Amino acid sequence: MTKTLQPVIVGAGPAGVRAAQTLVAHGVRPVLIDEAPRWGGQIYRQPPLGFTRNKRTLYGFEAGRAEALHSAMAGILDRVDYRPDTLVWSAEGGRLDLLGRGRMGTLPYSQLIVATGATDRVLPFPGWTLPGVYALGAAQVALKYQGCAIGSRVVIAGTGPLLYLVAYQYAKAGAKVVAVLDTASFKDKALAAPTMLRQPAVFAKGVYYLAWLRAHGVPVHQGVRLVRATGGTQVTTMRWQDGAAEHEVACDAVAFGYALRSETQLADLLGCRFSYNALQRAALPACDGAGRSSVPGVYLAGDGAGIMGADAAEWAGERAALALLVDAGRPVDAVRASELEVRLARIAAFRVGLERAFPFPQDWAANAPDDLVICRCEEITAGQLRQCASDTGAREINRLKALTRVGMGRCQGRTCGVAAAEILAQACAVAPDAVGRLRGQAPIKPLPFAVMARADGEAT
Amino acid sequence: MTPPTKERPVALLKRVAETGRTPVGFVLNGQALTALAGDTVLTAVLTHTAQLRRSEFSGEPRAGFCLMGACQDCWITTESGQRLRACDTFIEEGMRLVTGVEGHE
Repeated sequence: MTKTLQPVIVGAGPAGVRAAQTLVAHGVRPVLIDEAPRWGGQIYRQPPLGFTRNKRTLYGFEAGRAEALHSAMAGILDRVDYRPDTLVWSAEGGRLDLLGRGRMGTLPYSQLIVATGATDRVLPFPGWTLPGVYALGAAQVALKYQGCAIGSRVVIAGTGPLLYLVAYQYAKAGAKVVAVLDTASFKDKALAAPTMLRQPAVFAKGVYYLAWLRAHGVPVHQGVRLVRATGGTQVTTMRWQDGAAEHEVACDAVAFGYALRSETQLADLLGCRFSYNALQRAALPACDGAGRSSVPGVYLAGDGAGIMGADAAEWAGERAALALLVDAGRPVDAVRASELEVRLARIAAFRVGLERAFPFPQDWAANAPDDLVICRCEEITAGQLRQCASDTGAREINRLKALTRVGMGRCQGRTCGVAAAEILAQACAVAPDAVGRLRGQAPIKPLPFAVMARADGEAT
Repeated sequence: MTPPTKERPVALLKRVAETGRTPVGFVLNGQALTALAGDTVLTAVLTHTAQLRRSEFSGEPRAGFCLMGACQDCWITTESGQRLRACDTFIEEGMRLVTGVEGHE
């Protein structure tokens, strides 16, 4: 006789949905918790009910994948305990703390698959707090989820493959893209081409977007440095440096980002061991090729365990669910499991090429002026962080947080964490791995006091 | 030099699709406005103006940043003082919102 399983999956994006589907296929009914009102994650985010654009318009080349994922979930809804609009705000001792639709609750689990996804990796420039300046992902959410452009004269800046995709999507939707400003150079991309060709379809898409933008007269500048956005009540110009020359363009919106960063707070609260990943320049929760974390019963899948992209997330979700089943003594298809691991290893090799094509701007911290706001929640500047490091000798990011409040604001370092660590490392003249990582703290997102008070009153 | 003129905020978000939805009436800083069913509070407000709130430190206007519930930049308050995260709260008929413009702090 086998024990009853009560697996819980956190996140209904590509990894979480495929994990749920795999468990269902093996006769197990998982709980699937998601912050969003509808499944799909950020990449395949579905518009609210009542919107009418088709998937081809919404997801472009990825329409087939989006449709497959959406219908996979629709097909198992009756066999999943699906809880949308629900935040996991803490986890301890086999129990999750939830906030869903204005109510607090707890949920025990026997196994947990953490598929928490990613957000934009942000390296600020002066003026980035002006209204009209958004993260690159935000520009996509506005378009896909709300049918809105973030402006009518839009600058797309930073680096990463998303830059060209968003520029293409905006131009197609009728917004004027006045400049694409890529901090990676053409040479970076040429050198990376042989590795990128490991995923020829992905490579071809990137080439297509760039060619389309050029053919439609969208100015693309590569190898630049972002200087500043200016404006009074909202952004009106963007400046950048190209070689020795500075340039400026009038705009009413800027979208920027430097690839993605993993959402790791939940893995952290669960006690997962972290290790530094030099390629992603981040401390990530460690897991084996099947997704087993260092904590028994806790599995990691998708971009929340390191940025691998949406296709890899689907495979990792399925692989983690198979690992969970095997560990619980259930029979699974071992050939399928190893095939998924081979695919994931191939993607990992491709990611090396992607990082080479769109490298992290290693000189960012050295060029950040003292008055640059790093933490937009608490408005802490690069100069304040440097001063603190030099006055107190703080050389560790949590120490810097305690002393300056950087990373202590409402976003808990999701937006400023990468930049703050880079500034500290530069101030201490050490590599970024030497300053440690911001520890996750519960609640991992702000909770309304009214709900907490109500929950307290209900407690018996 | 000409003296600086007071800037009039221009709506940040531009609707480019899905404009056939049902209108929803709401009130922003005392003014009756119209959004569309399925708009987030952020979309409803920023298709009319350029800020959601003011920074409690510098007093500068803010209009959200990540639009996916991570950055916590897009808080807005209702007339009764309730705080909403504008990017993942849907607009409702009759909602009364304030953005921290002068006279409405």
